[in-house]
Amino acid sequence: MLVLENILLALGSLRANKMRALLTILGIIIGIASVIAIMSVGNSIRSSVTSSMESMGANHITVGLRQKEPEEEVTEEGYRFEGEMQQASMTEEDYLTNEMLEDAEKEFADKIDGVLLSENVGEGQAKDGKLSSNVTLMGVNTAFLKNQDLKLLSGRLLTERDQKEKKGVVVVSDRVVRKLFDGDTKKAAGSQTEVYLNGKYYNYTIVGVYEYDKSAFTSLPEEYISTEMYLPFEAAREQAHSTAGYSQITLSAKTGVDSSDFAKELENWFNRKYFRHNENYEISATSMADMVASMTGMLTTISAAISAIAGISLLVGGIGVMNIMLVSITERTREIGTRKALGAPNGSIRLQFIMEAIVICLLGGFIGIVLGLVLAAVITKTMGYAASPSVEGIIFSVAFSIFIGVFFGYYPANKAAKMNPIDALRYE
Amino acid sequence: MRNREKTIELTGIVKRFYIGKPHELEILHGIDLTVYKGEFVSIVGASGSGKSTLMNIIGVLDRPTEGEYRLDGLDISALKDQELSRIRNQKIGFVFQTYNLISRTSALKNVELPMMYAGIGRKERAQRARHYLEMVGMEERMSHKPDELSGGQKQRVSIARAMANDPSIILADEPTGALDSKTGRRIMDIFHRLNREEGKTIVLITHSNELAAETDRIITIRDGEITGERRGA
Repeated sequence: MLVLENILLALGSLRANKMRALLTILGIIIGIASVIAIMSVGNSIRSSVTSSMESMGANHITVGLRQKEPEEEVTEEGYRFEGEMQQASMTEEDYLTNEMLEDAEKEFADKIDGVLLSENVGEGQAKDGKLSSNVTLMGVNTAFLKNQDLKLLSGRLLTERDQKEKKGVVVVSDRVVRKLFDGDTKKAAGSQTEVYLNGKYYNYTIVGVYEYDKSAFTSLPEEYISTEMYLPFEAAREQAHSTAGYSQITLSAKTGVDSSDFAKELENWFNRKYFRHNENYEISATSMADMVASMTGMLTTISAAISAIAGISLLVGGIGVMNIMLVSITERTREIGTRKALGAPNGSIRLQFIMEAIVICLLGGFIGIVLGLVLAAVITKTMGYAASPSVEGIIFSVAFSIFIGVFFGYYPANKAAKMNPIDALRYE
Repeated sequence: MRNREKTIELTGIVKRFYIGKPHELEILHGIDLTVYKGEFVSIVGASGSGKSTLMNIIGVLDRPTEGEYRLDGLDISALKDQELSRIRNQKIGFVFQTYNLISRTSALKNVELPMMYAGIGRKERAQRARHYLEMVGMEERMSHKPDELSGGQKQRVSIARAMANDPSIILADEPTGALDSKTGRRIMDIFHRLNREEGKTIVLITHSNELAAETDRIITIRDGEITGERRGA
């Protein structure tokens, strides 16, 4: 009841001084708008980074070599030195081998869905006379290909037999087919293709055509987009003459397995079994879930930090509100005196002016929220992310506006409340 | 005097102001004054005589330094600020020389103000405010803001405001001081009517002997002391 009366009173007095009210509110608008914009843009980036990382495989665990931390050296005098980090070059003995992976697959058969192996052979062109299409030749194993979740348009994917016999067969994208076979996917499957790579020509048989995912993020113009051409893993390794083991591989965990815990388990297992006596290297396993979590955490921290800086403008805005409230109270001294003579208790005068400050701040807050959301929508659109308004940001802004109103309104309001009615009535 | 029931009882009222030690200024030197219910009393004095200070004390805007003030039998000095606010709101209607209307809002809203502080609902407030504005002949200009009204009209609005919570006492401080004699006359007529028809106790503070002569009793104050008291018209 009394609150509503005071809101109406406050709106009335703001209306009486529109220009001044607007200028006062401006500080709050700018502060709230920038906090909302930053938090919303941060939110968008975070969710799109998270979803794109998760689309790569939320259940993936990356197992790779990591240089061992040098051990502490203790001199005769008892001083401790941390040994100097020296770059030890990787030798064949350091690599992860097929035997190790098979062993791991046997050991954790109930947890490992597959070991994803790939070998990037290089960028080249699939050619047919004058026609050509850019491709990235990738040697992949069956598990890797299965994980890519390709939409097959014609033919088949690579089989275990292709893998074992190291056949020269490939799966290409529909973009290649569009360029070289006039988009006839049926005709393409089974045809021969020539790939120009690192100054040499290679001949492969196309066994399948998959649909290229256009939504994948790229900054390249249409013409230069290079699509993956998949080759059996061992065939690719032979072609690239890489016979050593792997410095890094990816595992996919079975559904229902906590990939974060499993990563630790794997790391310990590899290190205990194969890398205990390795002087330079050990195994480090990280789950995609952990990477997403640390990425998300980092982005959250960054956007919170920038928001805090933007929040300083809110402080300045709040001081502006306090300033104008003090001016307004001085101007309205007689009014305050009159109200007191008519029986307004001190508390009611205080409430009136605090409500006025809150109304100013909330008004600024609402305009700021709208402006911030519009700003965020524009920014995220130009950056190519999906807009994702920060609900916490909005709640925070409303709460903070009220807080600023109370905090910066209290002192002026209290000053008004404590005025001596006689002096106030006599004030010129 | 219609009855002899006391409403305002001042006994030995002293008011001192501290203007930095050791100087202190004594404005009122022991005032004894009783006002009866339904009386129309005027307090006359030159400027600086202490009549405004006395009015502030009668209107419980200020507390006496010494002495006792009983309002309808209630000892004012024992009350807290909040209770004084309530007494001003319920028992006393103020009419100021400079009107003191709130300029941003309409005449109607100005009259509603004391009722708002009394916690009366919107509907009833507006209804009663309209009634009092009609009583002072301002029904035509209720939605006008004070700036759009003449001095006499403003004073009529402020009398309606003083009546808003139906107080028993109306305290008018030089209510015609800023008005020409013809307009002042009309304002005085309203006071007479309120006194006669509504039975309000009216305390009129003025420096004009002419206006004071119209009232039941004239109290003269000079240098902080009551120097004379005589019957009026």
